[in-house]
Amino acid sequence: MADRAVTLIAAGLAAAVLLLLLAPLAALGLSTRSLALSEAELAALRFTLMQAALSAGLSVMLAVPVARALARRRFFGRDVLVATLGAPFILPVIVAVLGLLAVFGRAGWVNNGLALLGLPAFSIYGLQGVVLAHVFFNMPLAVRMILHGWQAIPAERFRLAASLGFTPAATLRHIEGPMLRAVLPGAALVIFVICLTSFAVALTLGGGPRATTVELAIYQALRFDFDLGAAARLALLQFALCAAAYAVATRISLPLGFGAGQGRTGGPPAPNGWRRGLDAVFITAAALFLALPLLAVVLNGVPGLRHLPASVWDAVLAAAVRSTLIALASTALALSAALVFALAAARGKGWPALAATLPLAASSLVLGTGLFLILQPLFRPADLALPVTMTINALLALPFAFRILLPETRTIYADYHRLGASLGMTGRAWLRWVVIPRLARPMGFAAGLVAALSMGDLGVIALFAGEGQATLPLLVQRLMGAYRLEAAASAALLLVLISFALFWAFDHWGRRYADA
Amino acid sequence: MRLIPFALAFSSVASVATAQTPVLNVLTYDSFTSEWGPGPAVEAAFEAVCACDLVFSAVGDGAELLARLQLEGARSDASVVLGLDTNLTAQATATGLFAPHGQTAGNDLPVPFADPNFLPYDWGYFAFVYDKTKLATPPTSFQELAASDLKVVIQDPRSSTPGLGLLLWVKAAYGDSATEIWAALADNIITVTPGWSESYGMFTAGEADMVLSYTTSPAYHLIAEDDATKAAAPFTEGHYMQVEVAGKLANAPQPELADQFLTFMGTDAFQSVIPTTNWMYPAHTPATGLPDGFDQMITPAKSLLMTADEAQSARTQALDEWLTALSR
Amino acid sequence: MLTLENLTITQGGFRLTADWQAKAGARIAVIGPSGAGKSTLLSVIGGFFAPQSGRVLWQGADITGLEPGARPITTVFQDQNLFPHLTIAQNLGLGISPNLRLTANDHARIETALDRTGLAGFGPRKPAQLSGGQQSRAALARALLRDKPVLVLDEPFAALGPALKAEMLGLVAELSHDSGATVLMVTHDPKDALAFAPLTCLVAGGAAHAPQPTADLLANPPPELAAYLG
Repeated sequence: MADRAVTLIAAGLAAAVLLLLLAPLAALGLSTRSLALSEAELAALRFTLMQAALSAGLSVMLAVPVARALARRRFFGRDVLVATLGAPFILPVIVAVLGLLAVFGRAGWVNNGLALLGLPAFSIYGLQGVVLAHVFFNMPLAVRMILHGWQAIPAERFRLAASLGFTPAATLRHIEGPMLRAVLPGAALVIFVICLTSFAVALTLGGGPRATTVELAIYQALRFDFDLGAAARLALLQFALCAAAYAVATRISLPLGFGAGQGRTGGPPAPNGWRRGLDAVFITAAALFLALPLLAVVLNGVPGLRHLPASVWDAVLAAAVRSTLIALASTALALSAALVFALAAARGKGWPALAATLPLAASSLVLGTGLFLILQPLFRPADLALPVTMTINALLALPFAFRILLPETRTIYADYHRLGASLGMTGRAWLRWVVIPRLARPMGFAAGLVAALSMGDLGVIALFAGEGQATLPLLVQRLMGAYRLEAAASAALLLVLISFALFWAFDHWGRRYADA
Repeated sequence: MRLIPFALAFSSVASVATAQTPVLNVLTYDSFTSEWGPGPAVEAAFEAVCACDLVFSAVGDGAELLARLQLEGARSDASVVLGLDTNLTAQATATGLFAPHGQTAGNDLPVPFADPNFLPYDWGYFAFVYDKTKLATPPTSFQELAASDLKVVIQDPRSSTPGLGLLLWVKAAYGDSATEIWAALADNIITVTPGWSESYGMFTAGEADMVLSYTTSPAYHLIAEDDATKAAAPFTEGHYMQVEVAGKLANAPQPELADQFLTFMGTDAFQSVIPTTNWMYPAHTPATGLPDGFDQMITPAKSLLMTADEAQSARTQALDEWLTALSR
Repeated sequence: MLTLENLTITQGGFRLTADWQAKAGARIAVIGPSGAGKSTLLSVIGGFFAPQSGRVLWQGADITGLEPGARPITTVFQDQNLFPHLTIAQNLGLGISPNLRLTANDHARIETALDRTGLAGFGPRKPAQLSGGQQSRAALARALLRDKPVLVLDEPFAALGPALKAEMLGLVAELSHDSGATVLMVTHDPKDALAFAPLTCLVAGGAAHAPQPTADLLANPPPELAAYLG
């Protein structure tokens, strides 16, 4: 399968990724002269690690029963629910926070309900709020990743289990357990690292400077102290944390050895009785937890749509077109890179996985600032806004795409590499007739996620954007900055709808293609 | 997708080549240039008199503006920087990137203000804004606020200019006792947001009783939305001012146009746009006066403002006090 | 002529040697205890595993360094012979063109191969819709289309019942007779070896011995084989 070519391309890409991640640090004047952290930075580090570990652990723990329930139950609206699982993850932070506050905030639905019942109020502000928001964002992602794991177990294994009279506990131990052992560390790693770089959510819901994360310390270094070296040092710390988390996850994770099936899917058996009721509880609880804040986003945005002035519509449409084009280009870039890394990693190499995970830990502020320093002497920043945004979006989305593609790519390699080789299927034939059809489901999901993420991101373009280059997220921010909160909520709703439409289109394609 | 910036770049090159119109680049913050900010009207009015092409490039806010300048250094293609406030000008001056503006016209600020490098274009008072229908008797001082059960949302001084303004407000009003005030306020602050928008959004969503904003914020609701329910609470300690300024870069590619722009900034064509786009007081009250509605805004008993140097030397210690008090 | 020249195969602590030749068109059973290295030997011949030293030659040409698909060899595995997401016709088509660029003539050849293996009309189906025996036939039909001079069978019929297995062996014999292919087939069952292969290679005690007439070998088995046969 032209192993060497894949490895070579992956190595080249890995070098490019590292260059993109590390050159900005160098540009900021990283000096290893003093790597010691100050008291405040240590406190930020402690808080960052604690909230990230709690968020990742809780997201994954809650995701397992939900994913299992979804894997083994068929009910009306299941497909919609599975598709909607992508939605929280792609919400712009401020939109999601306002949605969460509408449900869990001081004046939110939950607290109104508690007050009616005469119960004490729940405060979202504090560590619990940070974790709640991170679980809201990331638990659905974990559900989807674990659900893919369940769907990847060949139906033959479950039939074997049934023929041997396995109890659900034995099935869990011998069939589902190993799958979870293979999938969970990767899912937890991704969520842990995402939460490492959390800043706006952590600060806003954390209730104040107690909730200072490393990313906020970077913000302070760049914006308040203008100490570029300190920012670079903290960014390096984030990479180190990511690499350490990666090492831990790799040690825990065991590769899956199910062997191939006949391509039959049917999911695990669906036991009746109390387990059925419990599954219903998990699915309902998860659906409500995800749907209520989304509903709040919709309710916030709809009233403004009617009297959104024409100028706003024009701006929204222009920005929407621009954002969509950026998103599509970023998706093509990120998915190709993720596929190459996944193919190389499936051949047993460790470094592609690390290279494809590190971008998660990148501080977009440091990345943007560093690239600006590098490029600004050579180009007009505004001329580069779109290419830079596309590249950075692709870079930041690469880890998700990679994680989603990896398990199935490994399975393909283990199950069909010999057969393909014996038939002389190389390069394009192998990709076209084996890899892409068999990866359709995760590829659709990954492409949808990347496209939607690229729609929402504004970290980098804000630094480069010139006149008339506003993307939709930037427009939302501008509307808010101009007191137009209602219009901003409407523009945000449009952003969410377009993101979700993109996500849905890709994801649906993947699932349709895989089922065909 | 690459076509868009290339096409833009190409079109601006083409127009320069054919019409020989000089381009004046002004570096500012985002909400100034947005469709709803002063930018579009200012651009039209200035281009009508300058025979030039006025191009704004924008970054997030004042603090980011300073960071951007420090990143660009002398390579910036901007001639004018507009949008720093006086809490940032000492640092801006220290970069050595600014040239004296040489303008002699005065201003209508409530306190004497003059800076050889920076000219004010608007100003306002920081204040806690509340909803009159929900809060009948707002606190009249930081101490009263601290003693109350009211919940406020403020901005982080590390990432937001109003956040930094509040820090200096408390410092200017209470000096060495600022720490105690912050400690007393800690249980009133439900949270701290990275920027003003998030805070204001949370306030309008009903999450907080009061939000750190400006005395002129209610004017937006009154004039643009015909909503008289919002008000700013006057504090007996006085209110800290935000004075927004512009300056000319020493390496300005268009020094004459930059001078012309700074002069234009003091004229009614510029100043009359400010109240209902930036929702601040113009530095020079236009001949037509302020728009209806501004007369209903509170006038603080006392205007607080540190000089640029005072603000610069106070801010690091003030931040430490703030972090310590609120991290408990 | 298939030549295994001073082959040494090592894998962890495992070691196997082979040094013999087989005439073109020979049908050879590969027999021996479990874990003796039968499949490993076939992997080396098929190109999936590199020997530590020695060479594999076909008609005098060294093929040791060739990719599996480039060798004059078709391997039929124990399982995973078909891609579950492709139709039977597509799976067969891969034997003609790995990138499935098929001409009308190719499609006709696929139909003929399906006919010959008793799978007429099964072209549009997915492997999961076929029985185990039918899947084995499809794998053989593809081997037929690949038309390579060496056919390596790694126990592909182990999971089939005795009657079906006999039928498959008959089919392999028939096809290889027509094409003149050299066949190496791993089997556990001496009856299969007797029925199908005039020659048998015994893999035991760290060596793959030169093929000997099957009947003689089974009549006077060396101690390792005797122990295996029980």
